Amino acid sequence: MSTFDDPFDADRALLRSGCACGRHRSAAEHVRAARTPRCEPVADLSEQKRYEGIVASAVMRAVFPQDVARRAFLKSVGAATALAALSQFVPLKTATEAFADAGPPEKKDLKVGFIPITCATPIIMAAPLGFYARQGLDVEVVKTAGWAVIRDKTINKEYDAAHMLAPMPIAISLGLGANAIPFTVPAIENINGQGITLAIKHKDKRDPKDWKGMKFAIPFDYSMHNYLLRYYLAEHGLDPDTDVQLRSVPPPEMVANLRADNIDGFLAPDNICQRAIYDGVGFLHILSKEIWDGHPCCSFAASREFITTAPNSFAALTRAIVDATGFAAKAENRKQIAEAIAPANYINAPVTVLEQVLTGTYADGLGGVKTDPKRVDFDPFPWQSFAVWMLTQMKRWGQIKGDVDYKAVAEQVYLATDTKKVMAEMGLTPPTSSYKSFSVMGKTFDPAKPDDYLASFKIRKSS
Amino acid sequence: MTLSLRLRAAIVSIALLAVFLGSWHLATRSSGTTAAMSPEYARLMGLTATQGKSAMPGPLDVGAKLWEHLKRPFYDNGPNDKGLGIQLAYSIGRVGLGYLIAVVVAIPLGFMIGMSPLFSRALDPFIQLLKPISPLAWMPLALYTIKDSSISAIFVIFICSVWPMLLNTAFGVAGVRKEWINVARTLEVGTIRRAFTVILPAAAPTILTGMRISIGIAWLVIVAAEMLVGGTGIGYFVWNEWNNLSITNVIIAILLIGLVGMLLDQVLARFTRMVTFPE
Repeated sequence: MSTFDDPFDADRALLRSGCACGRHRSAAEHVRAARTPRCEPVADLSEQKRYEGIVASAVMRAVFPQDVARRAFLKSVGAATALAALSQFVPLKTATEAFADAGPPEKKDLKVGFIPITCATPIIMAAPLGFYARQGLDVEVVKTAGWAVIRDKTINKEYDAAHMLAPMPIAISLGLGANAIPFTVPAIENINGQGITLAIKHKDKRDPKDWKGMKFAIPFDYSMHNYLLRYYLAEHGLDPDTDVQLRSVPPPEMVANLRADNIDGFLAPDNICQRAIYDGVGFLHILSKEIWDGHPCCSFAASREFITTAPNSFAALTRAIVDATGFAAKAENRKQIAEAIAPANYINAPVTVLEQVLTGTYADGLGGVKTDPKRVDFDPFPWQSFAVWMLTQMKRWGQIKGDVDYKAVAEQVYLATDTKKVMAEMGLTPPTSSYKSFSVMGKTFDPAKPDDYLASFKIRKSS
Repeated sequence: MTLSLRLRAAIVSIALLAVFLGSWHLATRSSGTTAAMSPEYARLMGLTATQGKSAMPGPLDVGAKLWEHLKRPFYDNGPNDKGLGIQLAYSIGRVGLGYLIAVVVAIPLGFMIGMSPLFSRALDPFIQLLKPISPLAWMPLALYTIKDSSISAIFVIFICSVWPMLLNTAFGVAGVRKEWINVARTLEVGTIRRAFTVILPAAAPTILTGMRISIGIAWLVIVAAEMLVGGTGIGYFVWNEWNNLSITNVIIAILLIGLVGMLLDQVLARFTRMVTFPE
């Protein structure tokens, strides 16, 4: 059920079960309705009305945890009576006002950790360009030595929120490679923005079928880099676990290792790919965009505890990030951003390199200049179907064993509903659904059928 | 005419340095071989690719960069970019604190072990087991249990510098000549007084040797620990510049780490000379 739906409509599911978008009682009904206008959001409500709906939903959910009971109640007394009855006990109007007026942040001085790569662009630039300050926050962005450290420091609460690889909050929430702690993703940092870089000596080996026995680096096990590289190799008939060697290597060491001939290539975040080219040690085989156009890469993550203890700070922080992401999405701002984030205090890389990544006019390492303005792009919406896809790949490569409740995990971690609210508050138009279908290397992914998708892969870890 | 040994040694040192710098300079000269490329492409590439500049910096590059750092050692451009002086101060502060805690723990404990054969035997297996553990092996455990990265770094300094001090103190205390202790006994000196007036001065050179080894280890450890936890300190500086693939700055950091380590060692060496006595 969407946040903006009418909780007094007996025909709609209030709990988030049933179909993918939540507006239908079952997945089958959703599919039938998918092409009809019924699936459209309640878009014409005024802001006040919308908040009323949200609050009323929450109250109804609390009063009737069971949908069956709520439906029975509504059927017997009618929606109008129910509303009147509820208003007597719960001051809906006051609650609505309290909700609409977000209030001052509980905690103004926040620490946000980041890894110095261009994926962190919105998190970083929000500091020098004043996006945090505009929300009344004093945010210190802290450069962090690696993904495991950023995980530990966020769990330790040294950081209030952090830049994480998109699958990391899912892995932390599931307790993979860490204690299980509920983590959330209110916004995706960037989409696209990675590439497969190979050593110059492989410039004639452009067919992945010739890559048997090669050594590749990835930044972290629970990363889109890992899943995309494995996907790409597997689509070309190579088993990533047996035909090649995949190593977890911190990004800066990738370039040095490539120069030293320790690895043959890597799937890494930018600016690292471009840096290898800039230093003349590698060339860009393909952009990750060519594997899956619009794939998520890094995320903005916070623990659920932070959201409950400081909801206003969290909302302000999310607004700042969504705002910054919107600014970064515009091509005309990219040069300014490259200059803002290049100094030693932030990414600490040559401006030329960052500019090539962000503007999309870049040297490919083989003597050519290419242009692709969408090489890296920014879109904050945390599609829950992204999370479902990541879960299918975690399962595919044996990181998760046994059954997975894809939807439940996706919806707990990827806060699409909250982001919609924030986006709407800011005058943006959030998508109507939280699930979307997309295709990876020409293969369509239906988030409603993750198990079928998983079963369709020939190369996978036998479990 | 014969020059003093000291002067001759200095001349040899300088000659060695000159040979080293000269060969370094020659080894890192531009290769000059570059592939032909369009100017538009060249504009997007680094000097290594366009001018065949060596990926390793030469001594002149390092010198110029070092001068830049020395000109403003205490600048502060926000949480992730501070001058080398500030970074070194953070590292020295951490080492000082961890080391001080180690002194407070190791010397009394070492005394106890040295004076009591029972404790000496009972604690020996633990000390032998804990002594050879690498600082970095402690780091994840510390981060996980202490849940604070700067305290973890200090803990790692402590845990690594405590053992040499402990063992040396115990060894020094146990090795005090029996005659002296017997004389003190004959004069009916109490245990506490005996410890302070007879054993401590006698064992002091050995204890200080342990402390000198420990400060060396502590300084070794801090760089690794800071590279791991990040934030501030010379180790973080190395990591940050490695991240930027700036070998020049990494070399400068190595130079400074060596210099500070040497100074710390010299301070303790001076203390050791002060307490040494002729027998």
